[in-house]
Amino acid sequence: MGKKADGVRIGCGAGFAGDRFDAAVPIVREFSADPGADYLMFECLGERTLALAQAARARDPDRGYSPFLDRYLAPILGDVLEAGIRVVSNLGAANPKAGARRVQALAREQGLRPPAVAIVSGDDLRNGFPDADLRSRPRLDGAHLFDRPIVAANVYLGATPLRDALATGAPIVLVGRTTDSALALGPLMHEFAWDADDLDRLAAGTICGHLLECGAQVTGAYFADPGFKDVPDLAHVGFPIAEIASDGRFVLSKPADTGGVIDRATVTEQVLYEMHDPAAYLVPDVTADITGMVLEDLGGDRVAVSGVRGHAPPADLKATLCVENGWMAEAEMSYGGPNATARARLAGEIVTTRLREAGLSERIAVDLIGEHSVMQGTGAPAEAMTSIVRLRLAMHAEAPDTARALIEELQALYCSGPAGGGGFRSQLSPQVATGSILVPRERVEAGVRVEVIEP
Amino acid sequence: MNRDRTPTIDVPLHAIAHGRAGDKGDTSNISVIAYEAQAWPVLVDQITEARVLDLFRPLGATQVDRYELPNLHALNFVIADTLDGGVNASLRLDRHGKGLSFRLLGGLTVTIPIGLLPTGSAYRVGLTP
Repeated sequence: MGKKADGVRIGCGAGFAGDRFDAAVPIVREFSADPGADYLMFECLGERTLALAQAARARDPDRGYSPFLDRYLAPILGDVLEAGIRVVSNLGAANPKAGARRVQALAREQGLRPPAVAIVSGDDLRNGFPDADLRSRPRLDGAHLFDRPIVAANVYLGATPLRDALATGAPIVLVGRTTDSALALGPLMHEFAWDADDLDRLAAGTICGHLLECGAQVTGAYFADPGFKDVPDLAHVGFPIAEIASDGRFVLSKPADTGGVIDRATVTEQVLYEMHDPAAYLVPDVTADITGMVLEDLGGDRVAVSGVRGHAPPADLKATLCVENGWMAEAEMSYGGPNATARARLAGEIVTTRLREAGLSERIAVDLIGEHSVMQGTGAPAEAMTSIVRLRLAMHAEAPDTARALIEELQALYCSGPAGGGGFRSQLSPQVATGSILVPRERVEAGVRVEVIEP
Repeated sequence: MNRDRTPTIDVPLHAIAHGRAGDKGDTSNISVIAYEAQAWPVLVDQITEARVLDLFRPLGATQVDRYELPNLHALNFVIADTLDGGVNASLRLDRHGKGLSFRLLGGLTVTIPIGLLPTGSAYRVGLTP
């Protein structure tokens, strides 16, 4: 892969906490063959992952980093340290310092010299913001949840602390909650010395990060629709690489000899993913505007991106509050053959009737999978005589025993329900809900710290 | 309004466009992107906020905002209150509403000149070439 003389390369090795653990290997191979200013980002921190990590740290101060840290870093740690590829990730989760220690231990286990790790703290608002203060902040969504016990409260930091962490020279940077796109913008601010008023460049770096942050979603994964959008060798899809120039223009590509595709269509789908107003994509560093964005398909799975504009950043920062939210019960049973739909529907009615008679007023979802469940409520047509239907019931309740009643009632239909039910499965899981608030930028920024954990 | 007598056909939006759904809270955003530049005016004319709202009203939708991106031949629909409370509250199987892009692509019909259908499209089956 060619790259511009002043270019920086950033690869993305994971797009969410459950992504492929070895996806970064071809990126590292590509970078190692032609070393430069190279970065590897891993975006692995969902809201639920972070809430669970907070709970883990509360139980054990040596825990609370991502439970997937070993899985993502073990396949590439030796190679990135040798090749000088710097790793930037939110695998630090609720405890970047403990994550740093774990990275160093992992290096020792692999016979490597343990690296210095730079960490960022200050995203955890429960250091400094009492719960009552958090509850009094302006609310963006989830307002009805705010009287519940708070499990975690983390503000989305921008790219500046990542830039500062990279300036320490540590080969690995671990953070907790930042905007996902900051994992790319931070390295670019570090390499190119972009200032806070380089708004167009900050916006370009943000959109670059936005395109990288979901991993293979920009390289043909989560895209394939056979016969309409065909994608070669999706089983071995390559994760994305961006080559960025100092003026903010960048080219998206993927490692050689990997599956997938990058073209205008894949980039267009991903740039609009989870975007609302395309003229105002808000992150702490800038307001990005893609209404003038230009995509140029260079062929050979390379797309050039330019024309991103930046406007002044928002005054306040967004934070996520995680609260305990009861229990979810789900239970399923299959009905096959003639009149399957009617038998499945009858089973759902029996369970619903019995739970109501027991005094439960919770909402109960009744899905007939194979008939209309995924498109439920949309008016999609139903078949009267379906050959196989899976009944799925779901109910949310405050207490686990209440939720479990749904599971017990469906299970009882093995003997006490309509004819021919089989394949019962169930799941009872604790729930965390989230709401968003706005917090004053100055108070957050005063609490941000960068620290180097020496081996 | 087919005054120039160009033969037209009614097909699902899926025949000429692709898209992806994303979620933020109880709001879904769905992109609709023309495969070919010639199909872009069809999207602008026929895939209106009102039609999308009608399609998603059974799921609870209360408001639809449409953003136009002529540079990308894309529309972006932001659909409020359509995810059963959002990923952490929903009782649905697909709590993120990931599949809603295909509900939009399959649930709305467009009237297009037959020539706009890509060669080899599955939606050409039964048509005289």
